Amino acid sequence: MQTEAYMNLFLGLAFAPLLGGIINRIKAAFAGRTGQPLLQQYYDMYKNIRKGAVYSRTTSWLFRAGPIVGLASVLIALALVPVNGSTAPLAFTGDLILFAYALGLMRFFTVLAALDTGSSFEGMGASREVFFSALAEPALLLGLATVARRAGTLSLSELLAATSVTSPELVLVLAALGIVFLCENARIPFDDPNTHLELTMIHEVMVLDHSGPDFAFIQYGAALKVWVLGSVIVGLILPVAGGKFLLLNSAALLGCMFMLAVIVGIIESTMARLRLLRVPQLLVAAGALSLFAFILSMR
Amino acid sequence: MGSVLETTMMLLILSDMALLGLSRLRTCIAVASFQGMLLGVFTLLAHEQALTPRIFLIAAVSFILKGFVFPQLLRRSIREASAQNEMDPYVGYSMSVMAGMAMFGAALWLGEQLPLTLAAGMHLVIPAALTTVLTGLFLIIARKNALSQCLGFIILENGIYAIGIVSVVEISVLVEIGILLDAAVAVVVMGVAIFHINRQFDHLDTDQLDSLKG
Repeated sequence: MQTEAYMNLFLGLAFAPLLGGIINRIKAAFAGRTGQPLLQQYYDMYKNIRKGAVYSRTTSWLFRAGPIVGLASVLIALALVPVNGSTAPLAFTGDLILFAYALGLMRFFTVLAALDTGSSFEGMGASREVFFSALAEPALLLGLATVARRAGTLSLSELLAATSVTSPELVLVLAALGIVFLCENARIPFDDPNTHLELTMIHEVMVLDHSGPDFAFIQYGAALKVWVLGSVIVGLILPVAGGKFLLLNSAALLGCMFMLAVIVGIIESTMARLRLLRVPQLLVAAGALSLFAFILSMR
Repeated sequence: MGSVLETTMMLLILSDMALLGLSRLRTCIAVASFQGMLLGVFTLLAHEQALTPRIFLIAAVSFILKGFVFPQLLRRSIREASAQNEMDPYVGYSMSVMAGMAMFGAALWLGEQLPLTLAAGMHLVIPAALTTVLTGLFLIIARKNALSQCLGFIILENGIYAIGIVSVVEISVLVEIGILLDAAVAVVVMGVAIFHINRQFDHLDTDQLDSLKG
């Protein structure tokens, strides 16, 4: 029972940085390069955590709190998402709202820390992040509400267990959540995680002033966020094999997460980043898909 | 089969939303063409219990007219008028999509008010068709470009056609095909009008027709 509940937590903590490695490897393969090692993100974090942090004198405690609160909130979100068919450690009725806003809290503190530096550059990134996430949030919440209504439960654990792709509505929700997944994790077509060009950056620009262990926390938090949102999407797709087949379910989750990373890698290799003006349109489209699915589920 | 019909209707609504949200004229024409083909298939699906040659004829004519002839005429108009490839909206694209969702909500409500008796599994048809009608009207009102107004007219006709297919039990082939041909003539006439507007003013912005003194 205990291992069952904590399975996704373990998997996420252990394998989340690996997803970034897979994405980079796929992109490298598309470009005809060998690419960095699969475990590069682990090396980066290990390197950063051994270093000391540098703090600007203009910053306050908010700047130091940012990475810690960010990592803590994404851990809470992770503790709400179970392996398909089991119950997450923190599961309760209505936890999908906490799920959405734990991610919201993470973003809020990243933004506060960015603004705290007083750098106009980071302020610009913060402004974009808040704008886009304000558009992505309705899409996420309406999508989850649709699934919750179909499954008749407000708990993420029961909800993931109760749904698998059976209706056209769920396909709409999955499309919307996929767009939100890419946006929230600052991947192409919303943001290019590799570029350090000030005109286009969103997420990377906000964390420029963090260093050492703080930056390691941010990297780990970002990797976990990919895992958290990804495992919700995977949980919605995968049919459940009952509580007894924990290993099977976990293996399926892990396999699907790697598949998701491969898909993200393919998207990043074949698509260009959207013009900044186009991004809100795509997010509104995602919101419209969610709303459409929600109206359909209301009937 | 009910769910296939339902999926068709969802695709119809999604294509409406795409028309509202897309900015490229040529892409919109492609979507309209897809919608036309969808309606042809829908004609067969809606009458699958009683497939008569009459139904086949209506389906085939609408499939070909809406899916290929109208889009081709529109594309020719673009080419001849060498129009720019933008829709020129009064209402922005994101706003249009939101308006589209509102129209869908209104259509759902309106569909419940209408005293129509439909077969099981068809409850989404009337809302979807009404949404299509409203989308067509919206495109006519909210876009400046004369070509997108013509496109709006075709979409409007698509919606009326979908309502006609399910609500009238025995449509005469003659009436149905007559309507389709009317639409075809209208598209041709609009094409000519567009050509002349373009030649007179060097653009397709209907807003500037206001400056004409009568």
